[in-house]
Amino acid sequence: MSVDLNKKILDASKLSLILNRLASQLFENHSDFSNTVLIGIQPRGKILSKKIKYLLESSHEIKDIKLGFLDITFFRDDFGRENKVLNANKTSIDFSIENKTVVLIDDVLYTGRSVTAALSALQSFGRPARVELLSLIDRRFSRHLPIQPDYCGCQVDAINNQRVTVKWKEIDGEDSVYLYIKNGK
Amino acid sequence: MANKLSVSNLLGIKYLNEDDIYLIFETARNFKEVINRKIKKVPSLRDITIANLFFENSTRTKISFELAQKRLSADVVNFSSSSSSISKGETLADTVNNILSMKVDMVVMRHPSPGASVFLANNIDSCIVNAGDGCHEHPTQALLDSFTLVESLGDLNGKKIVIVGDILHSRVALSNIFAFKKLGAEVKVCGPKSLIPKYINKLGVDYEPNLELALNWCDVASMLRIQNERMNQSYFPSTREYAKEFGLNKKKLLKLNKEIIITHPGPINRGVELSSDVIDSGKTVILDQVENGVAIRMAVMYLLASRL
Repeated sequence: MSVDLNKKILDASKLSLILNRLASQLFENHSDFSNTVLIGIQPRGKILSKKIKYLLESSHEIKDIKLGFLDITFFRDDFGRENKVLNANKTSIDFSIENKTVVLIDDVLYTGRSVTAALSALQSFGRPARVELLSLIDRRFSRHLPIQPDYCGCQVDAINNQRVTVKWKEIDGEDSVYLYIKNGK
Repeated sequence: MANKLSVSNLLGIKYLNEDDIYLIFETARNFKEVINRKIKKVPSLRDITIANLFFENSTRTKISFELAQKRLSADVVNFSSSSSSISKGETLADTVNNILSMKVDMVVMRHPSPGASVFLANNIDSCIVNAGDGCHEHPTQALLDSFTLVESLGDLNGKKIVIVGDILHSRVALSNIFAFKKLGAEVKVCGPKSLIPKYINKLGVDYEPNLELALNWCDVASMLRIQNERMNQSYFPSTREYAKEFGLNKKKLLKLNKEIIITHPGPINRGVELSSDVIDSGKTVILDQVENGVAIRMAVMYLLASRL
């Protein structure tokens, strides 16, 4: 399926402001992070979670923040329904989340199904005291399930044949957020 | 990398391409991480029912498949021929069709006849996984052997592998030859001439009758079991003589001035193809093979089920 490049919603400077704000909000609520861990949802939440960790360590001088990456492929509820296999990514959580506050981090919150899968996947690593959700983009009118973010970078009101893509300099060459419209729909 | 298998059944390594094998490995790598968690279960196949049809005895493979299915949350039914209507004269196709009419999605089958799984796939509309068919193929074993070697060596491209023992009766040997060759390895076979298939060269494999020369040549020695149950005549003078000529012991390993990787698909005839001092030395990867077996079988069934 081909897509037309449509609109840049956020550029690098705006994105940087938002990331700093999200890090500050996390700092307000979790102060020294002694009982809080960050978990990026694979694949797109991985870079965002690394950036958040970096900002917390550099701007707020917090040391030894625990960061893990969670793959949700095997926990998805659409297995076998779209005639495609989703390739799994690496899960690496080398600490216990038992009785910890977990901050789940993903780039775009859309239907809420990925977050539901992440909540199921998380159970394999212990019973957290509390789970919070940080999402860079919240497509607030597209939810299929009752999931809301605790920390939200930017709300985007997109309709269903539109796609919101977060790009990162490390893998895509630029820090930005685009709104695409799918062709032929 | 492909994100889908090119086949809808796993009948043999012969039918897979290199991309399929790497896709299975990549998926197995993730499942290996899952089965090392405290909670080892994922819900992927929760609406899939799998029948395990074992027309021949098995310990490791049966347990491995069943564990893999349970860790994927599939519903599992087990069948063994000794307690079934096969003894009343029912044909294989009828038996399986009856099971499938109870809404089973996938069939894992071990059968003593070569080609049984191919026959089933041609006659039955279901997803078939071959868990060993006579002297023909044992694809999941070859995948887990190759996966274990890739974990140790990085990749198999250009690596030298010798398969030692009863090549004639071994489905593991044939599947392994296909898998190792598809992954770019050089393969030789070694064993008594009476246990080497006549047309082995047609598979692109050389025969080396001398174990010492074979060991000096190789990076990996894949030792096979002498399959007494499939031998209807005497292929070598005595077990003792076989062990002397083709068995691997510490003395022969010490003579090599290099480290080699030793694999065995199990069950082992201790003191025949491998001596106890080699098995217990910790220098073999036999238990890694068993662990990887569950991850590989999870990957195979996960990828096949996604096509249902």
